[in-house]
Amino acid sequence: MKGLRYIENVASLTLDKDRCVGCSTCVTVCPHRVFQLQESKAVMVDKNGCMECGACAVNCPVDAIRVDPGVGCASLIINRWLKGKNLPSGSCC
Amino acid sequence: MAGTKSGREEKDFSEGSVIELAEVQTAAAPQEVCCGGAPPPKTNPLERPGYTLKPFVRAFIKDSRSDVALVKTELDFSDHIGALLARLGINRDEYRIAPGLYGVGYPGQGSPVIVTANYKLTFDFVRRELAGLDCWILVLDTCGINVWCAAGKRTFSTEEIVYRIKETGLSERVNHRRVIVPQLGASGIAAHEVRKRCGFRVVYGPVKAVALKAFLENDMQATEKMRTVTFTFGERFELIPVEFYLFGRKVWWIFPLLFIISGFSPDIFSPLQGWQRGILVSSAALWGGVCGMLIVPLLLPWIPGRAFSLKGALLAMATTPAFVLVADLQVLETTALVLVFTSISSHLAMNFTGSTPYTSPSGVEKEMKRALPLQGLALAAGIVMWLAAPFVNI
Repeated sequence: MKGLRYIENVASLTLDKDRCVGCSTCVTVCPHRVFQLQESKAVMVDKNGCMECGACAVNCPVDAIRVDPGVGCASLIINRWLKGKNLPSGSCC
Repeated sequence: MAGTKSGREEKDFSEGSVIELAEVQTAAAPQEVCCGGAPPPKTNPLERPGYTLKPFVRAFIKDSRSDVALVKTELDFSDHIGALLARLGINRDEYRIAPGLYGVGYPGQGSPVIVTANYKLTFDFVRRELAGLDCWILVLDTCGINVWCAAGKRTFSTEEIVYRIKETGLSERVNHRRVIVPQLGASGIAAHEVRKRCGFRVVYGPVKAVALKAFLENDMQATEKMRTVTFTFGERFELIPVEFYLFGRKVWWIFPLLFIISGFSPDIFSPLQGWQRGILVSSAALWGGVCGMLIVPLLLPWIPGRAFSLKGALLAMATTPAFVLVADLQVLETTALVLVFTSISSHLAMNFTGSTPYTSPSGVEKEMKRALPLQGLALAAGIVMWLAAPFVNI
C-alpha cells in the first residue's frame, strides 16, 4: 500500500516452499500482494506488507503457509491481556 | 379512471418460474367521497400477512421452491438515511437484512452468483454496482457485519457459505457450480473446503464492489489494482464518526469527573475554581481526542513514524505552542495539560489500528508493549501536576 506501511519485521508469516504446489490461491487472496508466483512456486515478495489476516493460510490447500492470524487492533489486545488469552483471535471492530 | 389495470404481470421466467411485478394498484375511484377525499393506493400486491416488504424489493420469483426477492439496483432516500445513521453508529447493530438468495435483473440458470454479507450497507453497495446485470446475490448471515470484519470474526465462514448454498437450494437455481466471493472474505473461507463440501467452486472477486461489473465483464479476471486493498482519505474519513460515537458513549463520564478534580484547592474545594479549571482540562482531554481520533486518521500517511502511538504523540506535541498561547497558564499547569492531551492522543491514535486494513496484530502488540506504559505514565503525571498546581506556585 502506497504511503501506508506499518512496523517492519514482525509478521509471523512463513511459507514452506517444498510443500507449495503452485496453485496461486495465496497470490489471489492477499490484499497486500505479498506473494508472487515464480517458476510455479509461491514466493513472498513483500513479507513486511503482511497484516496477518490469514487469508493465504486458510486458503492454502496443502498447508504450506503458516501465520498467526488475527486483527491488528489495540483495544482487542488490551482486552485479551486483561481477560486472559481465551478470547477469539478476531472480534474487534 | 377506474382502477381496473392489473398490478400483476405473469411472465414465463427461468424454466417455468413466475415473476410478480410490484406495480402498485390504484383503488377504484369511488363515486362519492365521504370523508378525507379519495382513498390512497391499495396495498402493494407483494405484501404477505406477517411479513414486511422491504422497500428495496421490486419483485419476486415464484415457483415450487422458496421465493427469491428481486431487488432494485438504485438506492433511494431511506437507503441513504440508513447509511448515514449506520456511519454515525446509531442503528449500526440492527442495520441488516435477512440472509438468503436475492437477485438483480432477471437472473437465470447461467447467471453468476455474488456472495456478500447481510450488513445492509454492504448489500446496498453490491446491488448498486450490479445495475443492468442479471445476477444472483447470496447473502450470508454475518450478524449484520461487513465482509472483512465478519471474516475476522469467522461469521463469514466456510460453514456459513456451505450451509447457505444448501439452504437456498442454489444448485437447483443455477446450472454452473461457481460462487463469486469478495476477496476480503478470504480470511474466513477456505475455497478448497467449500468445493469439497458442496461442490461449488469459490472464485475470488475484487476487493471492492465498485469493480464487480468490470470483473464480470473481464471473464472473472481481476487486475492487480482490483486485488489490492486501499485506505484513502475518504475511506479513513468514513470511519471517524462511528469511532467518536462508540468511544464517546464509553467515556463521557470522565468530563464531569475532570470538573470535580479541578476544584480541589487550599480552601478544600472551590466550585468556581472547579468550573474555570475544569473547562481547561476538559478542553485538553477533548483536544487529545480530536488529535488521536480525527486528525491522525485523516493525516495518517503524512505524519512521521510507523507506530500509531508515535504519530498521535508527535501530532499532539506539535500543537503545544498554540495551546500555550491560547491558555496562558503557569508552567506546571501547562506541562500537566500537554501531558494529558499528548497521552490521550497517543492512546487513541493507537486504538485506530483496529480500523485500518494494514496493521498486523504482531505489530500492534509490539507497539503497545512500548507505548502503553509511557501513555499511562504521562497521563498519571499530568493528572498529579494538575491536582498539585493550585497548592504550589510554579
